[in-house]
Amino acid sequence: MKYYALIVSCLVFSIAYSQKCISEFSGKVEDFHDGSAIVGATIYIETLDIYTTTDLNGNFTIKNLCDEKIMVTVSHVGCETKRLDITIQGNTFSKINLEHHIEELNEITVQGHLDKKQTKTSQETLLKTEDLENYSASSLGDAIKQISGVSSLNTGNTIVKPVINGLHSSRVLIVTNGVRLQDQEWGVEHAPNIDINASGSVSVIKGSGALAFGGDAIGGVVVLNPNHIVLKDSLYGKTIVSGQTNGRGYSINSSLSKTYTKGWYINGQASTKRYGDFKAPDYNLTNSGLKSLGFSMNTGFKTFEKGFNIYYSYLNNDIAILESSHIGNIEDLVNAINSPQPLVIKDFSYDIGLPKQDVTHHLIKAGFYKRFKKFGKLEVQYDFQNNNRLEYDLRIGDDRFKPAIDLTLKTHSIKTSLKLDTNIGNTYEFGISANYQNNFANPDTGIRRLIPDYDKYDIGVYAVSDFILNDKTHLDFGIRYDFNQYDTKKFYLKSRWDERGYDADFSNIIIDDLPTQWLTNPKFEYHNFSASAGIAYNLNDSNTLIANYSLSNRAPNPSELFSDGLHHSAARIELGDLRITQETSNRISATYKYQKKLLRIHLDAFYNYINNYIVIEPTGTQQTIRGAFPVWEYKQTNASLFGVDLDVSYQLNEHWGISNKSSIIKGNDISRDRPLIDIPAFKTVNTLNYTNKKWLDFNTELQSVWVLRQNEFPNTNFEAFIPTTNNMVLVDISTPPSAYNIFHLKSDITLSMSQKTNLNIALSINNILNTSYREYLNRLRYFADDLGRNIMLQLKLNY
Amino acid sequence: MKVLKKIFVLPLVFTALIFSSCSSDDDNPVPVVEEEVITTVKVTLTNGNDVVILQSTDLDGDEGPNAPIFSISGPLTKGTTYTGRIEVLNETESPAENITEEIEELDEEHQFFFATENNVATFAYNDSDGNGNPVGLNFTLTTNASATTGTITVILRHEPNKTASGVSEGDITNAGGSTDVAPTFNVSVE
Repeated sequence: MKYYALIVSCLVFSIAYSQKCISEFSGKVEDFHDGSAIVGATIYIETLDIYTTTDLNGNFTIKNLCDEKIMVTVSHVGCETKRLDITIQGNTFSKINLEHHIEELNEITVQGHLDKKQTKTSQETLLKTEDLENYSASSLGDAIKQISGVSSLNTGNTIVKPVINGLHSSRVLIVTNGVRLQDQEWGVEHAPNIDINASGSVSVIKGSGALAFGGDAIGGVVVLNPNHIVLKDSLYGKTIVSGQTNGRGYSINSSLSKTYTKGWYINGQASTKRYGDFKAPDYNLTNSGLKSLGFSMNTGFKTFEKGFNIYYSYLNNDIAILESSHIGNIEDLVNAINSPQPLVIKDFSYDIGLPKQDVTHHLIKAGFYKRFKKFGKLEVQYDFQNNNRLEYDLRIGDDRFKPAIDLTLKTHSIKTSLKLDTNIGNTYEFGISANYQNNFANPDTGIRRLIPDYDKYDIGVYAVSDFILNDKTHLDFGIRYDFNQYDTKKFYLKSRWDERGYDADFSNIIIDDLPTQWLTNPKFEYHNFSASAGIAYNLNDSNTLIANYSLSNRAPNPSELFSDGLHHSAARIELGDLRITQETSNRISATYKYQKKLLRIHLDAFYNYINNYIVIEPTGTQQTIRGAFPVWEYKQTNASLFGVDLDVSYQLNEHWGISNKSSIIKGNDISRDRPLIDIPAFKTVNTLNYTNKKWLDFNTELQSVWVLRQNEFPNTNFEAFIPTTNNMVLVDISTPPSAYNIFHLKSDITLSMSQKTNLNIALSINNILNTSYREYLNRLRYFADDLGRNIMLQLKLNY
Repeated sequence: MKVLKKIFVLPLVFTALIFSSCSSDDDNPVPVVEEEVITTVKVTLTNGNDVVILQSTDLDGDEGPNAPIFSISGPLTKGTTYTGRIEVLNETESPAENITEEIEELDEEHQFFFATENNVATFAYNDSDGNGNPVGLNFTLTTNASATTGTITVILRHEPNKTASGVSEGDITNAGGSTDVAPTFNVSVE
């Protein structure tokens, strides 16, 4: 529609007559970025219905106008059409800038969904709204797991942590609406505080190539973008309701947007989920339900030249954790591992009992951008996040309802970036960011702090550039520097302090002497450099090669430095180390893409060498009056990860298609010549799908997920004394579970209810054969099987 | 370059504001008052003048790296029935907190269990809670008729299911609850 005026102008040439009107309106039309003249732009005075076009120098003149206010529309092929109010008073001259970059225009496109990738030469996969909607009832981790090379580290089935190419937690950055998520991501049982329903698209970038988001993404970056705003006068919304048999629960999500042509927009979204105890094929998973509530609000104004955005999101997850996973001492752990079934199996219940997590995350962001003529785009953003994590254990007596962990993490961030895009073939972006973070560990828990109180300061500066060398070759380079500082107040038991050897190395940081404890003030600083370079080369229309190298440094997180105590949910003593330094990753990757009509191949390969890789592993047992506990210590080693991810699809004919996604990864602890722990096993997913547009847009797909047994794992088993039976037993915590093959079926149809309203009905059956299996990367695999069959009905209404 | 100047001054001002407004105060955190800490289990076995004391002390608690220290005052006499009494203390506080009193107050929520290696001794409860179920703070211990060496383990379960099968007879199998202490003493019977 936007070219309409132009087309009309080519056909119509008219001159309007007026009485005694002798003023002249002239002007020049230039490109916004580089100031070059725009030839052949259409100048249309709407109020008078007069047309003209610009000459070879971009100039135009319209004579015989009256002195009055006029409305002018300026348009040109490939440009954003501009409307101007101009007051004619005598001979009037006006300089008009048009935006000439298609790609930049996409940011405020009027064409609906046009999701953009974040990077040009990284291994990036984009999941669109339709992909995400299938996972409306589950989590971010479940949604991005469909990408080859992405897996998840689970605690049960509701706590799902993304794993990218074998790496997770602090090595995977999550960025939502331009804000880097700060939600105590260090813990393996801490899932990202993201409501998948609040996002319009998700990009998963393997490796640390996207330096604008941070330099420490040794595993990768997950970028969530809000729903695209379409700049026209419109009110639209979406509601997704789903119900499922396993967990006997529901999920509801609804969003509503109001947009205006002038650039204003407002969007509100809310979702809630409620599940009771889930079920494995043979038994109830007692205390595994979920109660979740999230909402978000996104409002602002945007045009090509300037805009602002204010965003707020809230998410509360109240997550029950399998009761049988509570471990009092090592004997309980041995009993749990040896028992083929969970030790506690009760009737179905919706109760969120103990143990459980209750996590609340608030995020508020305000951003502003402005473009400067013949220069570039400036963005400034401030955000604040408040993350409160309450972990309840099975405690007794008066402490029953007291959390065992109560941590509040507050983060303020400010960042600004400047993109110089005068020459679209050669763009530069510079940025600077600063964070202040405060962690408060509430002492009222009556349990020693696992993570201490600290203040953290970060400053980052980066420069990235992008060159289009020719039609076929795209290059990008980036560098980044980050400074991190911890200012911590931590209590150490004097016996622990000596046992760690801190008395020799850190006696200068003691600031107070208590009967059994030292209060210490560790202040640590880290300087991190990161860099990336990549090339994308189109061999021809159907073959593309991408190669990328990235260097990244990650400072240790608070858990790796300061952990110190009994982690009840894992029945283990976890010890950080003040001497831990940052880890350094050198990653090279290559991608081959082939696309020709019916066949599509995407092959990613990478090699990641990590110096001083931080890993937690068992180092022995510790005797206490309650019996023995395994001790897990954070250590540093050199590690290498190598992997290949394949994604192939082939359209057999109009209706039938097949696809395969497979990934294999090898992780080695080079220093000790043994495999790394928790590396995903080989996985291959085969899908057969059928589509028929005539049958109410019918789609169905049958999927087989086949995961082999992980045969490469470090042996971390240990022997422990069991007092009630008076013998030593082997505690087998390292042997992975067997291979499994499960099948899923999904079908959907779309009914058009009116011009703007359509209803999509989807029925899916997960684990059709109700197969019992356990997954190596589920921390509750010692205690119970994974989920049994689940039948889900989802209704999606777009209006 | 005017624009550049503007662009970089603004965020610097913001940054300065954040860092100055959020600078940490010098208040030190308060130490956590740990609850349910048990450092010491003392078992006194008496038969007339023959008194044997078994004691396990772990002054740095569950979390500390130091192993409990065991002291066994001497050998037990074979074929003898001793009167047993258990005391439980928290010695991280001064004076030491007597957890025994707490167990007596909440006796329905606590029960001791005994285990041995090499049949060193047999045990019988010598007390009961309000419901007539055993607690085990007081008990009798009868040593093996012949000389032997082995272990005695004393286990305190919090909130056990006292009515479960065998529990009131001292069988821990169905007791459930959580383990508060479980020291194992090396003893000899002479």
